[in-house]
Amino acid sequence: MTGSDELLATTIREEAGRLVAALYRRFGDFDVAEEAVQGAVVEALAVWRRDGTPDRPGAWLATAAQRNALDLLRARGRRDKATRRLAESPPGGPAAGVPATDDRLPLLFACCHPALAPEARLPLTLRAVIGLTTPQIARAFLVNEQTLAQRIVRAKRKIVSTGIDLKVPDSLDERLPDVLAVIYVMYNEAFVSSTGRTHDRDLGADAVWLAGVVATSLPDHAEAWGLAALLTIQHGRAAARFGPSGELVLLADQDRSLWDRGALEQGTRYLEHAASLHSPGSYQLQGAIAACHAEAPSWKETDWLQIVTLYGFLIEQDPSPVVRLNAAIALAQLGPRQAAHALAEVEALADRLDGYHLWHATRAELLRLNDRQAEAAAADERALELTGNQAERRLIQTRLRRYPLTDGS
Amino acid sequence: MKYVLMYTSEPALLAEVDPEKTQEVYGKVYAWFQEHGAVITDSGAELQGIETATTVKHGGVVVDGPFNEAKEIVGGFSVIDVPDMDAAIELVKTWPQLEFPGVAIEIRPMVEDYSQFE
Repeated sequence: MTGSDELLATTIREEAGRLVAALYRRFGDFDVAEEAVQGAVVEALAVWRRDGTPDRPGAWLATAAQRNALDLLRARGRRDKATRRLAESPPGGPAAGVPATDDRLPLLFACCHPALAPEARLPLTLRAVIGLTTPQIARAFLVNEQTLAQRIVRAKRKIVSTGIDLKVPDSLDERLPDVLAVIYVMYNEAFVSSTGRTHDRDLGADAVWLAGVVATSLPDHAEAWGLAALLTIQHGRAAARFGPSGELVLLADQDRSLWDRGALEQGTRYLEHAASLHSPGSYQLQGAIAACHAEAPSWKETDWLQIVTLYGFLIEQDPSPVVRLNAAIALAQLGPRQAAHALAEVEALADRLDGYHLWHATRAELLRLNDRQAEAAAADERALELTGNQAERRLIQTRLRRYPLTDGS
Repeated sequence: MKYVLMYTSEPALLAEVDPEKTQEVYGKVYAWFQEHGAVITDSGAELQGIETATTVKHGGVVVDGPFNEAKEIVGGFSVIDVPDMDAAIELVKTWPQLEFPGVAIEIRPMVEDYSQFE
């Protein structure tokens, strides 16, 4: 990603969601508003790259989006109705109706609505709230563009036809987890499917940014801050996660001088704010675990006891096998007796995680810690067979030659 | 916006519910319709059991039974008029029979604006 691409991406990210929200308020049609902004983004990508970014990129996008909206309404024969609505709207245009909270928040809640298919919520959010184009999303997630486009169209139609309004719901506590889950998946997908910045949008940075928007809009919601903390810290370590040729570098071997100290400190501040709200949750616990790693000068000097304790709380909230797997890695760092116990824990998850490459990779690592080298190599071979991700494949291949490597993050 | 609520249940699961409990919830259903009278534009109908269903299929073939053989059956419907989907969901969540296993309510927006088909 070049510098000008990055400017382009952050400008679009800053403006797109607001524009969709403003055009929706103005014309009352989500599909038209979203389509109009998407068109403007596609135009901007071409024109700005060719002619340079305009002086007022926000105004440029707004003008293009509004023109597109009017064209779309005309094409759909609905201009009269929309113009009438416009005439009825309070003087001063859309600005008069700007709500007190960030106007992207209602849009985000609509895109993450439980009435929409779960697999459509993330792509729709990326398009409508962040301003990604469908081809960009398809590339980022390695999915077929046409399938993706259909999924987005269906979700948008459902919002319009079933009367899903763009608003922050009354039952905020009930609906917020759906929104946070979409942002969490967005970060993880970005993390897994790309090897760093090979795309023209840094989706991980977009997810961190969106988590920050949600948290600052909802200052009293601890888990929103917990997620912002977790993603900010994870992303602050991103530069050290990949080696020069795109290979994955595990936490134990990362060059910690590459970590973004400013981001780690900001994440810790978010976490402190979350803690002050006295409403613990799974994102806050994951954030706290990430903060322990961030504070440690090295893998060896990590406060493993605290991490193991935090994992104990996390398992109470989320006893999923993957959480237990990560907890076992941390436990194994406490000493030989705990390493034996951790291996037993991991082997107890066999029936549920047998198809998961990281289960085999973790088991390999723990076998090695327990001095069972031959079995460890066999487990790594199995992990290699199961992963399709090139960066992870290279990592396991390296480990088959040179060990030990592990990841307790 | 107008929505049709379709009340569905699984008779096999309902049969296991204590009859006294069923009676109690039935009372709450009556109260529910009273309470939400302002948004229920058509209280619709409670339907007789699927053993009474007769279906006319493509080509005019008349057959005994419901249109499909699913475990779930539609037991009735109502029409509500509320501002948006969230309001419809909020209302439906208070439906007293939701405490019975297998009970589900499908919410479907009604076509109101026929200009979209022109």
